[in-house]
Amino acid sequence: MKKFLLLLLISLSCFFANAQVKLLSLAQLNKRVANTDTLYVVNFWATWCAPCVAELPNFEKLQMVYKDKPLKVLLISMDFQSKFKLVQQFSVKHKLKAEVYLAERSSDQELIDGIDKDWGGALPGTLIVNAKKGIRKFYEQEFTYAELNKLYLSSQ
Amino acid sequence: MKTLITVAMMAVAGLAFKVADNGYVVGDKATDFKLKNVDGKMVSLANYKSAKGYIVVFTCNHCPYAKAYESRIMALDKEYAAKGYPVIAISPNDPVALPADSYENMQKLAAKKSYTFPYLIDESQAVSRTYGAKATPHVYVLQKTAAGNVVKYIGAIDDDTEGTKTEKVKYVENAVNALLAGKEPAVTATKAIGCGIKWKKSV
Repeated sequence: MKKFLLLLLISLSCFFANAQVKLLSLAQLNKRVANTDTLYVVNFWATWCAPCVAELPNFEKLQMVYKDKPLKVLLISMDFQSKFKLVQQFSVKHKLKAEVYLAERSSDQELIDGIDKDWGGALPGTLIVNAKKGIRKFYEQEFTYAELNKLYLSSQ
Repeated sequence: MKTLITVAMMAVAGLAFKVADNGYVVGDKATDFKLKNVDGKMVSLANYKSAKGYIVVFTCNHCPYAKAYESRIMALDKEYAAKGYPVIAISPNDPVALPADSYENMQKLAAKKSYTFPYLIDESQAVSRTYGAKATPHVYVLQKTAAGNVVKYIGAIDDDTEGTKTEKVKYVENAVNALLAGKEPAVTATKAIGCGIKWKKSV
């Protein structure tokens, strides 16, 4: 019985390790994307946003295709902070492989302005940062995989 | 003549694109519109003879942000309609993309919640594009002047989307209160986080 419980615990921890959602603040994000070794594609989405959910696989695919390249895809949920569990469940259910975060913020205004002053606040939105080349661009739009791939290649 | 027409058409198309792309900024004069209310009647800003201005809210049925703000939109009308700033709610979404935002479902919601303000459908989405609405809810506070309806504030209702803060910065209330006091709003533009508007697929 003890063995069984241990086994269950180990399998559970493996299960959750794949889809560990964390909180991420604007300051943490800005610090992260300032890293000059990596190109960052940061997608802002929400579990309730249908076009966001529809395009998530494109971001997952981008990360998979270029997994050996210095590319990091970050999926930042703009769900309310009280919905942490829901975001966690969503990422498990959809088997998200990229890093998933929930935006930690005291105010949507500060966060949106801090990401990009031209972001009106509509979802989905995508930030691409290549600090080495001084590229930081925000796109308030949906992306097909082909568009995303093109954007990534042109930002390298 | 043909060239002239082509040039004129291109100019109009260019203008339409420019408006669609940017929408209003604070200080612009907002155009009036004629849109169908949930009671079947057509509503224009000009219908409100005694209004001093308007709180035009682009909102919708389905969006969690719109839902989170619904009671606060209702409260704005209760507070400010009598003071001369009625709420005019407009649903910008394409019901083909989002059946929850159909005219029938708008009627149901308005009846269920006993909206005290009009809830208009922007079937062609032309008004939403002209204003530059991006997400729901997205507010435009207009002041009626001799020269027209001037945009005085664009953005969010307050800084507390989820409705959990005890101390909110009430952007719309502050703007309208300033206008009622004969002053200019201190904050004229904020970001309106919410659901991106579902535009019709271009044909």
